[in-house]
Amino acid sequence: MVDFNRKFDVLVIGGGNAALCAAISARRAGASVAVLEGAPKFYRGGNTRHTRNMRCAHDEATDILTGPYTEEEFWDDLLRLTGGQTDEELAKFMIRESKDILNWVVEQGVRWQPSLGGTLSLGRTNSFFLGGGRAMLNALYLTAEKLGVEVAYDAEVTDLQIEDGMFLGATLKQPVNGATEIRASALVAAAGGFEANIEWLKQYWGDAADNFLIRGTPYNRGSILKMLLDKGVQDIGDPTQCHAVAIDARAPKFDGGIITRHDSVVFGIVVNKHAQRFYDEGEDIWPKRYAIWGRLVAAQPDQIAYIIFDSTVVTSFMPTLFPPIGAPTIAELAAKLELDPIALEKTMAEFNAAVQPGTFDHTILDDCRTEGITPAKTHWARKIDTPPYLAYPVRPGITFTYLGTRVNKQSRMVMKDGKPSANMFAAGEIMAGNVLGKGYAAGIGMTIGSVFGRVAGREAARNAKN
Amino acid sequence: MHGTRILEEADRLMTVCNSCRYCEGLCAVFPAMEMRRAFSDGDLNYLANLCHSCGACYTDCQFSPPHEFNVNVPQTLAVARNESYAAYVWPRAFAGAFARNGLVISIIAALSVAAFIFGFAAFTDRQVLLGVHTGPGAFYKLMPHNAMAALFGAAFLYAIAALVMGVRAFWRDIGEPVGMKTDWRSLFQAMRDAGELRYLDGGGVGCFNEDDKPTDRRKIYHHLTFYGFGLCFAATCVATLYHYLFAREAPYAWWDLPVVLGTLGGIGLLIGPIGLFTEKSKRDPVLVDATRMGMDVAFIAMLFLTSLTGMALLLLRETAAMGPLLALHLGVVFSLFVTMPYGKFVHGIYRFVALVRYARERQMMMQGAGE
Repeated sequence: MVDFNRKFDVLVIGGGNAALCAAISARRAGASVAVLEGAPKFYRGGNTRHTRNMRCAHDEATDILTGPYTEEEFWDDLLRLTGGQTDEELAKFMIRESKDILNWVVEQGVRWQPSLGGTLSLGRTNSFFLGGGRAMLNALYLTAEKLGVEVAYDAEVTDLQIEDGMFLGATLKQPVNGATEIRASALVAAAGGFEANIEWLKQYWGDAADNFLIRGTPYNRGSILKMLLDKGVQDIGDPTQCHAVAIDARAPKFDGGIITRHDSVVFGIVVNKHAQRFYDEGEDIWPKRYAIWGRLVAAQPDQIAYIIFDSTVVTSFMPTLFPPIGAPTIAELAAKLELDPIALEKTMAEFNAAVQPGTFDHTILDDCRTEGITPAKTHWARKIDTPPYLAYPVRPGITFTYLGTRVNKQSRMVMKDGKPSANMFAAGEIMAGNVLGKGYAAGIGMTIGSVFGRVAGREAARNAKN
Repeated sequence: MHGTRILEEADRLMTVCNSCRYCEGLCAVFPAMEMRRAFSDGDLNYLANLCHSCGACYTDCQFSPPHEFNVNVPQTLAVARNESYAAYVWPRAFAGAFARNGLVISIIAALSVAAFIFGFAAFTDRQVLLGVHTGPGAFYKLMPHNAMAALFGAAFLYAIAALVMGVRAFWRDIGEPVGMKTDWRSLFQAMRDAGELRYLDGGGVGCFNEDDKPTDRRKIYHHLTFYGFGLCFAATCVATLYHYLFAREAPYAWWDLPVVLGTLGGIGLLIGPIGLFTEKSKRDPVLVDATRMGMDVAFIAMLFLTSLTGMALLLLRETAAMGPLLALHLGVVFSLFVTMPYGKFVHGIYRFVALVRYARERQMMMQGAGE
């Protein structure tokens, strides 16, 4: 039985991509390493479970990537999507490091494959994990265990002993092999955000947060983040913000993952519980629109909305987990959705009357638009008039939060007074706000996790030895 | 709506998987699934037989149990696959043979062995059955070669006929045109995929058996079994040619081709089944159709006994044990032949047919994309 009472060189709190990259990297640098994963084994890895790819810079096409994605282009993308809310030095460091990460994670047992069916738009920029995020995690855990990293599950940390920016030990809720205090020379905090902590979300969103669905596990409660911020670590990122997409309202409260999402907005209209449209469904192409609809729905009464389309477009998007709700008439569909039939008929009649002739092409910003209604649908507007009429009910699905701990290029936490911590490092979602102040691009969370995980592990090991 | 509860579940899973697709690089099942939005009974039976049960999609799935989506593709397709064998069997009256397969195979094997012993005893006298025979034609003192060839030829032809009828039913159910059987490219591709067990590798790392550590052991034991069987079959064919073309009668010297092939094959057919059985008994129950353990073990046992009795016959053919051993060996082989269409043997046939269809679908998709 592994002795958790001894003092480790490096303690990693968390169990996802960033945590495992840190653990492996620290172990490879010669440190003794313990990983405390708060979740049970099946749910290990937090949001990594649900990921599928990583965005890394590369100068040439590879076996699995269709073309180059230079550091400059990556930086331009990051600058645009964050609206400048990024630490340029850290971000450029990450982008540079991401090039080598493509190979490094393969050395840790992770396997790549070309982009999945239905994701061709990512084929040049993003490398996909063969078998998905859980397969990636499984590979990292196997490698970590082979190297002698000690992993404990159901190891929820309830307190951190920190003095003057110096980590001393962590207190566990339940003992692991008889130990309730885990001591280590250095800490890597890689325990994610607080998206599953509804009470915390309520501080910013009020009761609306009760209607949010959480796309990841219920274990992403942000307790480590909170402890660190309470004990003098400097925060970064907007605490009120989270990344939200529109997901099926029938999805489970937690851990519905990627398969509950909807991307059919462009093929129809979206109404709220009063059967009123509230935003331009044709504003922008994927993935931009994908990232805004969660927030738009969150702002609607009761945080619910309905994507409404007709039988002509059913096969235009990927098959969905939950089948659409259908009815032969708009009134009957309204009844099934518990909407006011007269209001829905009126909304749809007005929309159909406003549709202008055009040539439909969902791959570009086409010329199919409405005229004379507010809000307009500026692209891909076509009459919805071929029964059966169909609908998906959607709610905000919270993916991750932006609040985090400030770090420097060593992935070392920075204290409120601006001084670097003596022995505390952070990686992954818990520090993503340094690079990603807002917005999102596919696979960037995993890049942050792997790059800063690897750096944090290496630096923590070095720190522990000195 | 589907014909059975398990096909309902398979349909539910394919709907979940089709909205995820993370596993598409692991094997042929998921790319084949992606070519469809809705699944008929035939489609699901096709996917079930395409699945090699490597277990990777279970270990890699974020929604496998205890997740509430309860996605267990290997087990569901294993049950569906086993039910499909009964659904396509010819004649239909024998469908029940799959449900209590271990018992059925044991009884047929026992009866078959008993019949040979009884037959030898009845048609020859005691001195012949328990005597020492050597030199060319030694076996045929117990049973004339023509009688042996006729009996086994008939059993073999029957097995082939019944298998062909089953494949025909499968082919119709998955909705493929008859003409496709002359698609040589797909056929050749499927032969390669089956010969390499291309999809019994968890997408490259190996299969999952008792835990979350991938291993190639099942693949290796299956190769030993399959190619061992193939060599033994080749030995029999060569011996038959020797007999009729060159009038050279068995038993042959140890260095002669039939004996060399049979010995090499026999060794594979001893180690392979033992390995498969060992792996099977360790295998995580969550991945398998526990109700068909009997069928799997019966087939493994029959292959093992075929080899064991054959090897014993080779070693002891110049002693008084030759007569009883020949009866035993022929009894086992005869029952192996006649039960081929009614046991685990059919898995190879239907999986091969599924691979042919998959190769063809891929080809058509590539052509479609190229146009």
